[in-house]
Amino acid sequence: MIERTPVLNFFTHLAMLVGIILAALPIYIVFVASSHDFQTVNIVPMPLTPGYSLVENYTKVWTKSDFGTKFVNSFIVATGVTIGKIAIAAITAFSIVFFNYRLKMLFFWLIFVTLMLPLEVRIVPTYAVAANALSPIQGVLNGLFNAPALLLGLIGIEGLPQVALKLPEWNLLNSYTGLILPLVATATGTFLFRQFFLTVPAELVEASKMDGAGPIRFFWDVLLPLSKTNMAALATIMFVYAWNQYLWPLLVTTRPEMTTATMQLQKLVPGPLFGQPPVWNEAMAGTLIVMLPPLLVVIFMQGYFVRGLISADK
Amino acid sequence: MADIAISNVTKSYGKTAVIHGVDLAIRDGEFVVILGPSGCGKSTLLRMIAGLEEISGGTIAIAGEAVNEKEPRERGCAMVFQNYALYPHFSVAENIGYALKVAGVAKAERMRRVREVAKSVGLEEYLDRKPSQLSGGQRQRVAMGRAMIREPKVFLFDEPLSNLDAKLRVQMRLEIRKLHQRLGATSVFVTHDQVEAMTLADRIVVMNAGKIEQIGTPSEIYDRPETLFVAGFISSPPMNLLEVTIPVRGEAHAGDIVISTPAFLAGKPGAAAMIGVRPEHLEISAQGRFSLQAEFVEKLGSVQLVHGSFAGRDFILQCPATQPVAAGQRLLFDIPAAAMHAFDPATGARIPKVQPAGRQNEPVAA
Repeated sequence: MIERTPVLNFFTHLAMLVGIILAALPIYIVFVASSHDFQTVNIVPMPLTPGYSLVENYTKVWTKSDFGTKFVNSFIVATGVTIGKIAIAAITAFSIVFFNYRLKMLFFWLIFVTLMLPLEVRIVPTYAVAANALSPIQGVLNGLFNAPALLLGLIGIEGLPQVALKLPEWNLLNSYTGLILPLVATATGTFLFRQFFLTVPAELVEASKMDGAGPIRFFWDVLLPLSKTNMAALATIMFVYAWNQYLWPLLVTTRPEMTTATMQLQKLVPGPLFGQPPVWNEAMAGTLIVMLPPLLVVIFMQGYFVRGLISADK
Repeated sequence: MADIAISNVTKSYGKTAVIHGVDLAIRDGEFVVILGPSGCGKSTLLRMIAGLEEISGGTIAIAGEAVNEKEPRERGCAMVFQNYALYPHFSVAENIGYALKVAGVAKAERMRRVREVAKSVGLEEYLDRKPSQLSGGQRQRVAMGRAMIREPKVFLFDEPLSNLDAKLRVQMRLEIRKLHQRLGATSVFVTHDQVEAMTLADRIVVMNAGKIEQIGTPSEIYDRPETLFVAGFISSPPMNLLEVTIPVRGEAHAGDIVISTPAFLAGKPGAAAMIGVRPEHLEISAQGRFSLQAEFVEKLGSVQLVHGSFAGRDFILQCPATQPVAAGQRLLFDIPAAAMHAFDPATGARIPKVQPAGRQNEPVAA
């Protein structure tokens, strides 16, 4: 729609400006705070122009918090989660869209329902599994072995030996596997891929059949290259999501060399809890450092991101 | 040898049957066109040959071997789709060569064959382009190249020309025919366009509502339509059909109009028939026994079609473009008995000219 209305133009620009200020002002204040020394940042009111301790604050917080290790951890986790999510989402959606089997819709809805069960809701059982990944299998096996004894017990025959199978313990705590795996399942991704796969013309499937390609060939040669923008969109969302994870890494890691950058932020503000004044300048510097990678990912991927979500490119 | 034998093939989706027992034998190297209105099951039949649809009943054999249980790739067919179905992310060369890549042909050999095929469909200069950078006709050629490179025993075409504009369609039609002459592979071509069917086919299979109405060469289908459906469907403008009774041999009555009919049509009081005659076979002359008031005139360049109504039915006369005709004008014409077709209105079957000996020669009583 092209209109020439100076008044409307003025107000739309005004609204945009207000929006930018609302979004950018807090970040500006964080930046200003991270550029002053300890004394200046604690003056009330805090100055609103940048100070001179910028480089000093950043180097200090980087070494003090050991951000080098934390960043590597965060990158491994975020990348692992992103790749895992895309792989699983693409494969599940492929199965749901291109194959016919019984209860297909049931499976789809089961996946869909997990949208309503984020990690926070199922965190206790997930932790139990992470503590010993084989425990569910052990439980099921023991249940099966002991079912006859249990049933006979119900009708009065007792004294059958109880089996207590003990599988070796597989502990995922303090490991990358433990940090990544529970975050990998994704209903959003499956749904996004499903919607895209549904738009792929049936003739394309048939043409590849005529060309002699089997399902895996078709998936790899045709479907995946076509879903590039989709994958980029999903990767953007999921990278930011994984990078920002706080609760799960907090639970599953105890050793400092396994913690992630986001977790480290909380430790930057020892503050009154520990009887010290908070070191705001360093905390703010740390915050900006940790914000940077997801920000860069969004900036580089935003073109793909929008195209992927609206599926305009085919 | 790659003849196709289709025997008693049926197709149903759940309880809805769409193809009811089709029998068809296609000879090796023959170009067969399956023609019919949309929804008649012609595409389904083609897709069953290709292996893209399951066969509900009966058998399809290619080169003497039943293929019911075979995967599409094992059947030795190549298919050209209506909307081309090119892989949008592959270049022209990759599109054409994909089947070879899947088959594991080495890259150098593959490129050599891709170039060879591209040359024969006139796409040499476009090998690096993406399908989105090609015109409709070029995409169609890529689709044909993709089919050709596999050197298939059977070519299947699913309305491949219907997305092209009229001029390109004529040109591609010729190219397909030339391709067939050069390769000599058995070809099955599905279309709803009778001009395509007439120009391309060695034999035409006319289908309607999941059944074969008639199989024959283009001229057989035109000269001797076996059913009322074929008569009305083939050729444009369509055949004029009149509902008549034939009370005595040689005379057909449509209301108060009396038309002389060929002698083979026996008469019987109350016997009904459908009489058909093509607009191009009517004789317009000042001495004509019948008259028609022109309602409107379609000028087609070399000829003009005069629409009106005759004996209570829509009726078309064809006359040379040189003859001045205006709407509202009355035209006189004759219906030559030799050009007349007759059908049984109850079954739609043609009433044959040559009767088997010993059988009474009668239209079915009404």
